[in-house]
Amino acid sequence: MNTSNWTWFHRLGSPPTLYRLADRLAPWFGWAAALGLAAGMYGGLWLAPTDYQQGDAFRIIYIHVPSAYLSMLCYALTAGASAVGLVWRMKLAHAVAVAAAPLGASFTFLALVTGSLWGKPMWGTYWVWDARLTSELILLFLYLGFLALNRAYEDPRSGERAAAVLALVGVVNLPIIHYSVVWWNTLHQGPTVFVGGGSDISPRMLAPLLVMLAAFTCYFVACLAKRVQAEILERERNAAWVKEMLEYS
Amino acid sequence: MKLELTAQGVTIWRGERCLVHGLSFSLGEGCILQLAGPNGAGKTSLMRVLAGIGRLDEGQVSWNGTPIRASADYRRELCYLGHSNALKSHLTSIENTNFYQSITEYSSQITSQQILERLGLASLADQPCGLLSMGQRRRTALGRLLIGHARLWLLDEPVSSLDAEGVSLVGNLLRAHVEQGGVAVLATHQPLPLDGLPVQRLELGTA
Amino acid sequence: MRALAILLRRDLRLGFRRPGELATPLLFFVMATVLFPLGLSPRPDLLATVAPGVLWVAALLAGIVGQESLFKSDHEDGTLEQLLLGPAPLELVALTRVFSHWLMGGLPLVILSPLLGLMLDYPSAAFGTLLLSLLFGTLILSLLGAVGAALTVGLRQSGMLLPILVLPLAVPVLIFGAQSAAQAARGEDPTAALYLLGALLVLGVTLAPFAIAGALRISLES
Repeated sequence: MNTSNWTWFHRLGSPPTLYRLADRLAPWFGWAAALGLAAGMYGGLWLAPTDYQQGDAFRIIYIHVPSAYLSMLCYALTAGASAVGLVWRMKLAHAVAVAAAPLGASFTFLALVTGSLWGKPMWGTYWVWDARLTSELILLFLYLGFLALNRAYEDPRSGERAAAVLALVGVVNLPIIHYSVVWWNTLHQGPTVFVGGGSDISPRMLAPLLVMLAAFTCYFVACLAKRVQAEILERERNAAWVKEMLEYS
Repeated sequence: MKLELTAQGVTIWRGERCLVHGLSFSLGEGCILQLAGPNGAGKTSLMRVLAGIGRLDEGQVSWNGTPIRASADYRRELCYLGHSNALKSHLTSIENTNFYQSITEYSSQITSQQILERLGLASLADQPCGLLSMGQRRRTALGRLLIGHARLWLLDEPVSSLDAEGVSLVGNLLRAHVEQGGVAVLATHQPLPLDGLPVQRLELGTA
Repeated sequence: MRALAILLRRDLRLGFRRPGELATPLLFFVMATVLFPLGLSPRPDLLATVAPGVLWVAALLAGIVGQESLFKSDHEDGTLEQLLLGPAPLELVALTRVFSHWLMGGLPLVILSPLLGLMLDYPSAAFGTLLLSLLFGTLILSLLGAVGAALTVGLRQSGMLLPILVLPLAVPVLIFGAQSAAQAARGEDPTAALYLLGALLVLGVTLAPFAIAGALRISLES
């Protein structure tokens, strides 16, 4: 391993460094998120044309799709951070995983609620056993399991490592779970929730969606940065650098 | 190759408490390290870290120069006697001893029956361990020390529940081990008959 | 490896000295299956429709809940630490333990399933598929349950945590297994689903031991 390429990586393992990085990133991503959300909502609620099949109900995709996307991105991040923590024994990687998991669970929950709200006008019912919604539900269970296992341990350093193993097992299983649910769904010819028009989606519908995706991602990064800062402060509360920093503020 | 167990900057946290901070020591051939300290001071946690079971938060433990985390052979060279006896209550003492005999990699020089005889438990060989007294169970557990040729002994409260005879038995076992050049780390509240042996004392829980 | 064979023999010997513990998951399987007709309806046509799913859900629950005791005893008396320090790699020790436990718990469940199938009007012509699907299925569930057991073995109050952790992961097994049983019952070809189950089993046997061993080390570390 070429040390010069990896020193930045190992430096991130130092609490003050990661804390300061998170501190610098948060406001930029926060503002980007605010602007993006405003632009995306404007584009999605006003500019995008009404779908000929679903009317205005489809507009919920501007929240639903980014939430679902983030819920999966966040799980990948949690699993990735867990892998780094276990393989390189970087304790701060576990801090990132533990900080990210509740965010991911919230996005999953949001995706489920918006999916359910979408179901009402579409199918007349609040819940359909659509392949994607069902997979999101199972993903929520995976997140909750991660959080429950982490909390169950008395020693937090062991708890986060156990949760990390669970996250890795989950991430390997996730494609299998998704595939099995899709298979199950097609066999029973269940309902599918789809975005208006399928492949030939109008660019006026698509553009705000992409903006919202980017905005949600920025929001996620900003929130994660803040949560990581909080995790670091909690872990390092007796360290000299924290006392110094708090004295100056 | 000279045997040596070294610790460098060992720091152990359990929950909110820092049990051991920046501990360094070096233990050579034929030497004993005795860990002392009040209950909860971290003796057991340190023992388990030395055994490679417990989590080490900072620092390094090395055996003969190689960090134990990187050493595949470390397990083979050590015999760890924890607080619990690692005996199945539904198996007899001879069955338990046989089990440990069979899973070690050494071709054992001594049979299970001979081990139990040496420990004064020959008459209880066919008793399920669940029916033995605490002291008798502890003695059965000591049998693991006689299996194979572990060069490093990690003994956590080896004489708990033992009577005077049992205590002197442990003393003799240690003496024989150390005289053959073995290394031992002990955690004990009770005094052991170790006169004349090179014993280093480490007091934990003082910070 | 010699040590693994000895471990297997020891596990079986211990298991048979405490037959009560062996019977519990099996009884759970029977009782859970019996609850469904009581909760739904005893009509044979309805039961025949739900039989594959019911048998599989009951097997799933029994299989996962039954793993709770996989490492508990060894953890409590300190044997687990000795196994970690022993010559055999912990991954193989874990696999041996899962297998010995399955021989005493999962296999009887598989053998008993046609009898329960009869009670639910499951066609006897499809028993072969049912047995095969549960054979693969209970093995996979044992492996998944073992991961959960390893993660929770050191916890004082683990309660329902093991099932909560493992049930989401068991969804693919349930889907493929129940589907194959249902397809066979309807006279359709269940081979695709059975192949998928087999693939999951291969994946499980290859990867689960690492997760189980890693989890055991973490459970023992504090």
